[in-house]
Amino acid sequence: MDQSLMLRVRDLTKTFVIHTQGGVVIEVFSGLGFDLGAGECVALNGPSGCGKSTLLRSLYANYKADSGRILIRHAGSVVDMVSSDPRTVLAVRRATLGYVSQFLRVIPRVPTLDVVAEPAVIAGVPRSEALARASVLLRRLNIPGRLWSLPPATFSGGEQQRVNIARGFVLDYPVLLLDEPTASLDADNREVVMDLMGEAKARGAGLVGIFHDREVRDRIADRLFDLPRQEDAA
Amino acid sequence: MTQFAASAADRDGPFAGSGFPGGYVPGGYVSGRHVSDRESLDAGGDRPLIEVENLGYAYGSRVACRDIGFTLYPGEVLGVVGESGSGKTTLLSCLAGRLSPAAGRILYDRRPDGPVDLATLSEAERRLLIRTEWGIVHQNPRDGLRMGVSAGANIGERLMALGHRHFGQIREAAAHWLAEVEIDTDRMDDLPRSFSGGMQQRLQIARTLVIGPRLVFMDEPTGGLDVSVQARLLDLLRRLVAEMNLSGVLVTHELAVARLLAHRLMVMKGGRVVESGLTDQVLDDPHHPYTQLLVSSMLQV
Repeated sequence: MDQSLMLRVRDLTKTFVIHTQGGVVIEVFSGLGFDLGAGECVALNGPSGCGKSTLLRSLYANYKADSGRILIRHAGSVVDMVSSDPRTVLAVRRATLGYVSQFLRVIPRVPTLDVVAEPAVIAGVPRSEALARASVLLRRLNIPGRLWSLPPATFSGGEQQRVNIARGFVLDYPVLLLDEPTASLDADNREVVMDLMGEAKARGAGLVGIFHDREVRDRIADRLFDLPRQEDAA
Repeated sequence: MTQFAASAADRDGPFAGSGFPGGYVPGGYVSGRHVSDRESLDAGGDRPLIEVENLGYAYGSRVACRDIGFTLYPGEVLGVVGESGSGKTTLLSCLAGRLSPAAGRILYDRRPDGPVDLATLSEAERRLLIRTEWGIVHQNPRDGLRMGVSAGANIGERLMALGHRHFGQIREAAAHWLAEVEIDTDRMDDLPRSFSGGMQQRLQIARTLVIGPRLVFMDEPTGGLDVSVQARLLDLLRRLVAEMNLSGVLVTHELAVARLLAHRLMVMKGGRVVESGLTDQVLDDPHHPYTQLLVSSMLQV
């Protein structure tokens, strides 16, 4: 893998077999491949239901690919997310591969500031510094300070999404996966998220994202990766 | 490669100075299959805390669990899920030394001498291990607490069993641990039976963790508690497991609990492991028909 590459996907195939519905087989994609360079953003492209989110989740190993390789540059080496053991996958997620999902998975009782700081703490950043970074991000994303000590469970959808984004940027991940990061955001916050993504690219991170917002896509993405249309795509 | 936010743990890892950046790597890539478990991405070259191979147990002619195998590293929590009768509690009893497995082997990385086969330990050695390195959190706090002595004594007597004799220090440690599990230190001299179920469970956790165990077995730790009480307990366990770098085996039938606490999951059915892997992968992309049924039967996990 060339030194400037952050991620290389080859022959990636994903099928769902749904046993609770009589073993229905859903072929989402097969034989996919693309490269992601440092400082580059690739936007996954295709109609709704073509498997963009499934691909993103497969890259994070949240979904288990049937076959193929997802090679990622991690800690001075290259790791295959498809064949690596869970422990290795977790190590890659801790230090190298970030994922901004569409929805925040709320942890009961944990204050917003800690929710945001958590990935940095887990990656070994001193707690005080992690909290400082979290504060900067929450401030930039216009989450009022009086909410920081509350768990985000009762926040509005837009606020939760901004907490989620802050969580995804609290560590300078070398590779970042983003699923509709600007959905349900107002114009100001959309601008902030675009800035954050731009800054990540500028420091050399590789980004893979799903952006339905054309303006966001035009400004952030360097390339489109077209997913082939599938008959029964989930 | 300065953009890599390598953690402190990785910095001293086996890949440090491997000269990969900019270079050609024979074979093109390194994966979990090419590098053995012990060598890959270790935090400072650690080794498994416990290794289980082909474990089996039968009650008479009825097989309760068979061919169970897994490896647990320091700081990892393994969730074991499955319905009642799937063998998960039997598995926990074998691991915690309450039952002697009929088949297989359990290797434990004992201090200071390294991996030992638990079956070869004498009863005294086993009890020492339970006193000094292990903790058990029972579903029913009454099974883990001594109901006839005060909350403070419940915590303090674990230290006394380790040879601590200084009364003031023991009481100080008890107060510290009561605060850790969010019990008012005013309650130190009260009997646990005057506590609510949630408080009893938190007291049991304090009693378990005061000795600084390396490995904790948890059997439905949030079973039978109200949802709000459960959330508090889960948050507490999550924090303490991370802060103390504890390893744990968590048996639960609640997938939401497993998602919050476990790094990896084993799904058991009929005494066997039918599926295992990363917790979020098993729950979000279940492959085995039974796991799919289990996940789709949950309200929301």
